[in-house]
Amino acid sequence: MAKRLDIKDLNLFYGKFHAVENVSLAVPPKNVTAFIGPSGCGKSTVLRSLNRMHEVAPGARVEGKVLLDGEDIYTSTVDPVEVRRTIGMVFQRPNPFPTMSIRDNVVAGLRLSGMKDKKKLDEVAERSLRGANLWNEVKDRLDKPGGGLSGGQQQRLCIARAIAVQPDVLLMDEPCSALDPISTLAIEDLITELKKEYTIVIVTHNMQQAARVSDQTAFFNLLGVGQPGQLIEVDDTEKIFSNPSQKATEDYISGRFG
Amino acid sequence: MSTNLADPQRLATPPTFQAVSLSRRIKNGIATGLVWGAFLIAIIPLVWVLYTVIQRGFPVILDGDWWQKSMSGLLARQQGGGAYHAIYGTLVQGLVCAVISVPIGIMIAIYLVEYGGRSKLSKATTFMVDILTGVPSIVAALFVYTVWITTFGLGRSAFAVSLALVLLMVPVIVRTTEEMLKIVPDELREASYALGIPKWKTIVKIVIPTALSGILTGIMLALARVMGETAPVLVLAAYAPFINYNLFDGPMASLPLMMVNERNNPTAAGFDRIWGAAITLVVLITLFNLLATVISRALAPKTK
Repeated sequence: MAKRLDIKDLNLFYGKFHAVENVSLAVPPKNVTAFIGPSGCGKSTVLRSLNRMHEVAPGARVEGKVLLDGEDIYTSTVDPVEVRRTIGMVFQRPNPFPTMSIRDNVVAGLRLSGMKDKKKLDEVAERSLRGANLWNEVKDRLDKPGGGLSGGQQQRLCIARAIAVQPDVLLMDEPCSALDPISTLAIEDLITELKKEYTIVIVTHNMQQAARVSDQTAFFNLLGVGQPGQLIEVDDTEKIFSNPSQKATEDYISGRFG
Repeated sequence: MSTNLADPQRLATPPTFQAVSLSRRIKNGIATGLVWGAFLIAIIPLVWVLYTVIQRGFPVILDGDWWQKSMSGLLARQQGGGAYHAIYGTLVQGLVCAVISVPIGIMIAIYLVEYGGRSKLSKATTFMVDILTGVPSIVAALFVYTVWITTFGLGRSAFAVSLALVLLMVPVIVRTTEEMLKIVPDELREASYALGIPKWKTIVKIVIPTALSGILTGIMLALARVMGETAPVLVLAAYAPFINYNLFDGPMASLPLMMVNERNNPTAAGFDRIWGAAITLVVLITLFNLLATVISRALAPKTK
């Protein structure tokens, strides 16, 4: 289960555009790491490079290393499909598969990887939905389409879908930005629960959220338009929000810019 | 409240809302008139055609024999007989064409949307499909005639007709499937990749099912279109007044061909058969369109 991630000298490109420069960062296991920073600073790009989703975009390129418990996920012998099975992801907007029922959505990852045992799948569906705090709300309508749930429920469905394949690390790309405060609270509680078993990296625009859920915070910034984004500093969340060592971090979290 | 004209402040500030000015009302009237006029001009021929076809053809197809018998053994001026042989021909030629075109068309569209990107091959394919879309049916028919009959020395047959129809159907299927695959949000593809599902499985199990209702509608509409094509049947299949089940040999009737054939028949019987065949074709195509609607409703992603 939960593994550690070490990012070493990571440089990310979209075609000729240098999007992120020289990021080095350690993500300890069973721990929540938050990425904060102004729009366009590359925090989502870094997150997507952690399970090789960055290269899905045409022309995208990666330099540097990302080590999962010491093993480089960018070695040429590594299959990106395997990486993504090990490092799951939840997206900004809830995206359940529209043609599938709630149950099928949850077990999609396993079923499409070839698991057929219906009893086992039902067990996984229940365990994952309980894990995502959604079971009680949907247990009577598991065969109904996932698209019929509310936005917050859909996002928890997507989290259930991501944890159903039992990844070692869970990446979350602004998982609450499309949700109302009550659903946001539900997801934040869930993140606190999930970190007992998973290593979590979350990108958020909401600094209160970063302060509430994370143990460690990384602040990214952009020196200017067209320049690559950079990691300014990474430290314990408490330290970042009370006594950051960089002026730029302090300016950003105190709302003086960004 | 009455306006106090003595108050200079009131006069200085005009009311916020004013009545619609005369010039705007006139322009609105002209535009409305033009739109209605265009609508009527478009609808009159449509209603007229439908009325004529129904009025002249409907009595013919009410006869049970029309659906069960061929023209075998009848003299030109004799009443009676039916269009069973032609209905069979139209359906079989259309279905054989669909069986060949659908896999080709869908696979081309998948290549263009999911794999091709902005590559040269992808651009060339799109260009070719565009050209093929504009090829008149007579050209497609003559092309198949040249290859199938002149070059390979094979006979005129229903299968040759189906081949010509394939040339007309493939671009339509590629176009509609392409559009349908494009509107499947990339977020679904990414969600699937993020679960560790390979790309091909994402396409087969996530993308295509999401777009399936639209793809099937496109196929049905394309099928309805090619079933009414006349040039390929004229060039590539001879008319037979009897039923021919053999796709690869001998003349085979179809509804457009039956109409062309009966046009040379000056008697009242021939006149009836032309309109009977016409309305039968309209009914078949309507049925396919209805079927497309039903299937697309049944397969569309639901939220309840």
